[in-house]
Amino acid sequence: MPSVTMTVNGKQVSGDVEGRTLLSTFIRENLDLTGTHIGCDTSQCGACVVHVDGRSIKSCTLLAVQAEGADVVTIEGLADGEELHPMQEAFRDCHGLQCGFCTPGMVMSAVDLLNVNPDPSDHEIREWLEGNICRCTGYHNIVKAVKQAAQTMRGQAAAAE
Amino acid sequence: MHDFQYHKPSSVADAVAALGSGEDATLVAGGMTLIPTLKQRLAAPSDLVDLSGVADLVGVRDKGDHVEIGAMTTHAAVAASPDVPGCLAELAGNIGDAQVRNRGTIGGSVANNDPTACYPSACLALNATIVTNSREIAADDYFTGMFETALEEGEIITAIRFPKPEAGKYMKFENPASRYALVGVFVAKTGGQVRVAVTGAGQDGVFRATDIESALSSNFSPDAVDSSTIDVDGLNGDIHASAEYRQHLIGVMAKRAVAACA
Repeated sequence: MPSVTMTVNGKQVSGDVEGRTLLSTFIRENLDLTGTHIGCDTSQCGACVVHVDGRSIKSCTLLAVQAEGADVVTIEGLADGEELHPMQEAFRDCHGLQCGFCTPGMVMSAVDLLNVNPDPSDHEIREWLEGNICRCTGYHNIVKAVKQAAQTMRGQAAAAE
Repeated sequence: MHDFQYHKPSSVADAVAALGSGEDATLVAGGMTLIPTLKQRLAAPSDLVDLSGVADLVGVRDKGDHVEIGAMTTHAAVAASPDVPGCLAELAGNIGDAQVRNRGTIGGSVANNDPTACYPSACLALNATIVTNSREIAADDYFTGMFETALEEGEIITAIRFPKPEAGKYMKFENPASRYALVGVFVAKTGGQVRVAVTGAGQDGVFRATDIESALSSNFSPDAVDSSTIDVDGLNGDIHASAEYRQHLIGVMAKRAVAACA
């Protein structure tokens, strides 16, 4: 059985997995990080989005062994202690969730968007979130949340300079 | 998903060796098609040979009159590269969704030759060369049918060379649910020659619309598309669109692409 080692939320972890073990399974079952959700398991819904080496990916469509040596961040790794990440804060403020099932993936995907495009338009946000499906909100408040987080984070970046 | 032996070679030679070691070994590039296929048990290889450890296969190289893109370069990297012709970067930036673009690769797409994939149309329209570990294959000789290519057993795509066009544009009519190309048309003018490639519509996968090419060669304008014929025979008809509707869309997409080139 292959063993894998990777960094998850800043901590080095290892485990024995099968070749076919998905990264989403490894995160949820080996590491007990159940914030990463499995919705469709067919690469479409985006509930399982995590960051691997700084980019968002669908963890149900990556083998755990493919993440050997990678730097992985899940929804649990986003907040700074008790302080929520601006994206999490914005989803709360804007009521960007209802049932909350898609939220971890939405948040992780949206954070990646702001990494590549700090000031996205409504259209760019909607395009980017094409791979994240929400059946409750109608997306409206999600777009609003991403805009608010973008503004907050641009403010923080400017203040840091 | 059935289990398999996983290999992660660090060179193309080691990848070839690993491919030969298994009874039914297969390559994985980004895995955006293969992993869902394995999960549905539509494929059950004995060995999976992961190319992501072969560093030489990643990157975009500007070679003057053409650009060479390593097979393991992701769609996101192609879309963001300043060295890639705009029409090709735009195509890459509209494949799948953001997460697919962060993992999916040009080599994987071209090796798979999905009949609705975007990249095969770029290869044909831009007259690309598919570079493998053993030879160079002209795009015209490479795509041999639906999910079929000229690649032989143990042959691995290392890069794809795209000549830089004077003008080019890819127009995709997306299936509203899957966002795959119901019809995609890539029009390119390179060295004075016009090439038009169609994806999503052909029963045998991607093809060149030669009649539109000759019409555009004498008059590179949207109107010229109207005077050319698009044969309905050989077009795909399914629950998403009839062959006649795809025939119509080829003309519409070709006109829009030409208009955008001007």
